[in-house]
Amino acid sequence: MTDTKNAQTLYDRLWSDHVVARGQQGRDLLYIDRHILHEVSTPQSFELLRENHLEVRRPETQLAVPDHAVPTRDRGAGIREELARRQVALLEANCRAFGIEYIPLTDERQGIVHVIAPEQGFTIPGITIVCGDSHTATHGAFGALAFGIGASECGTQMATQCLWQTRAKTMRVTFTGALPAHVTTKDMILALIGRIGASGGSGYALEFAGEAVRAASMEARMTLCNMAIEAGSRVGLVAPDDTTIAYLDGRPRAPQGRSWDQAVAHWRTLRSDDEAFEREVEIDAAALAPQVTYGTSPDQVIGVDETVPEASRHTMDYMGLNVGQPLAGLPVDYAFIGSCTNSRIEDLRAAAALIRGRTVAPGVTAMVVPGSTMVKRQAEAEGLDKLFTAAGFEWHEAGCSLCVAMNGDRVPEGKRSISTSNRNFEGRQGAGARTHLASPAMVCAAALAGRIVDVRKEHVS
Amino acid sequence: MTAVRTVSGKAVSLPLDDIDTDVIFPARYLLHTEKKGLGRFAFHDRPEIVAAFEAAGHPQILVAGANFGCGSSREHAVWALAGLGLRAVIAPSFGEIFRGNCANNAVIAAAVDARHIGGLHAAAAAGGEIAVDLEAQEVRADTLAVPFAIPAGDREMLLEGWNTTTRLLALHGEAIAHFENRQRAERPWLWNKDETTP
Repeated sequence: MTDTKNAQTLYDRLWSDHVVARGQQGRDLLYIDRHILHEVSTPQSFELLRENHLEVRRPETQLAVPDHAVPTRDRGAGIREELARRQVALLEANCRAFGIEYIPLTDERQGIVHVIAPEQGFTIPGITIVCGDSHTATHGAFGALAFGIGASECGTQMATQCLWQTRAKTMRVTFTGALPAHVTTKDMILALIGRIGASGGSGYALEFAGEAVRAASMEARMTLCNMAIEAGSRVGLVAPDDTTIAYLDGRPRAPQGRSWDQAVAHWRTLRSDDEAFEREVEIDAAALAPQVTYGTSPDQVIGVDETVPEASRHTMDYMGLNVGQPLAGLPVDYAFIGSCTNSRIEDLRAAAALIRGRTVAPGVTAMVVPGSTMVKRQAEAEGLDKLFTAAGFEWHEAGCSLCVAMNGDRVPEGKRSISTSNRNFEGRQGAGARTHLASPAMVCAAALAGRIVDVRKEHVS
Repeated sequence: MTAVRTVSGKAVSLPLDDIDTDVIFPARYLLHTEKKGLGRFAFHDRPEIVAAFEAAGHPQILVAGANFGCGSSREHAVWALAGLGLRAVIAPSFGEIFRGNCANNAVIAAAVDARHIGGLHAAAAAGGEIAVDLEAQEVRADTLAVPFAIPAGDREMLLEGWNTTTRLLALHGEAIAHFENRQRAERPWLWNKDETTP
């Protein structure tokens, strides 16, 4: 577990620390410390265990919560949609059968997997952590080797606590300078995806560095790492520092007492050597404008002050846009603040701060879906819910909601949505829905104006 | 899993880049908890793609564009393609999670150099047979013979038809136990005090 080789990246150190057996051509058997489960990607994983008469090797390392299929309103009535109700019940039954802790819908710890695991201190630096969900890179914000896997791999992990993985190359993305007002880590990651493309990170593990990353809170770092997969990379990392350690101190599942001191001493060693990266990308954070996507792939993104560039006829028709058209001024029908990308307390604060007594524009459906019940309660304690509802926003229970549109929340065909989520794919927010990805402040500003606006120009002191 | 050596048969051409798993398997059908019978949801919101599959007459091979299967980790995308009868996908590149999911479901994800994909699209569109030879790591169509890349571990697993999970335990059970004992000593905060070492 000690590696004395020179010039290593954080990724290399995390990898070496978890190799159980060496394979061929860069493929190693990795020990996987923790696994988060949700209702959508695990029914078939438990079937794999049953078919092979296998047990869960270390139930203590597993944590399950329903998030994708759950309703985010009228929860007192339970889940009305039959398939969703059965799917959530199946997760609970499987967890009971295999001895895994299950957080029920009614528990204040419930929420989106990638929000609740850090919140509970289940995610800590230095570990390997997986989930049957491509946005698992979120947890890389803590300096954990975190990546999304398929349902079969979820079953393999539960039975063996291991997965065969091919070692990636490493790319450091340095964000120099300080972010301007109203520009966020969401804009940083969208700008990166625009720069390197939707498969530009394929085969690489990304590490984010530079002044703008060091200055970012854990919530903001999670937003940054969350969308690594939209650049084609399964892994997005930030080296742990004082910000990381302060966030975790006292979390329910974080190490306590003497264990905490031992853990922190190890976490302080988790960093990269400058010369170890195979590829370097540098982006001037100080020069970034708020970013908005115009197409159906997350790399189709521009600054809000730019005009729509060339794209395929199919994409332009789907999005109802013309080449050369400015995005600013485009009317919107839906505004969504939520998802594992942007549903944490800071995201809600940033959006609420823009309201200043105004109301959602006529004809716009605006909704806020907190990432967890704990985020929801925190927001309510701060009075944010009242600001939102007084302005005409819907205030929901925690879940994935309109990011994946499989729980009944849906954007109708042909309607235009501005969304803090992570994917503008065709049909992602509902069949025929037109999605523009942006930051929470940009989404809130658009909801109030009824059209896409430059949040920097909205600011009135 | 059944062993796969060569897949040959009719192919369908889908010459678009960045086809994501939401296009392959729309999210609203993720409420289904089974693997079988999901072919009916494949490309559900893209009738022109469904029509291309029908026109190709039950193809076993899909010739696709770059970054095929990007996005969501949903294995349903592979189950749905397999449900349509597909046993191999040929593309210049794949979403990484999708590629791994293919290997776990006896589907060959064959990555060919981008300059060869045009010829394969043409062959598929012309209705000819394509062969994906996993042993030789070669795609053949008419006069074309094109090498393809696949991770060595995936190739071996497909050729042998191994069960990843039981094989892993049988071959590496001791190494896993050894790792766990060492980690418990060196990183004790990762273990509950009352947890028994497996």
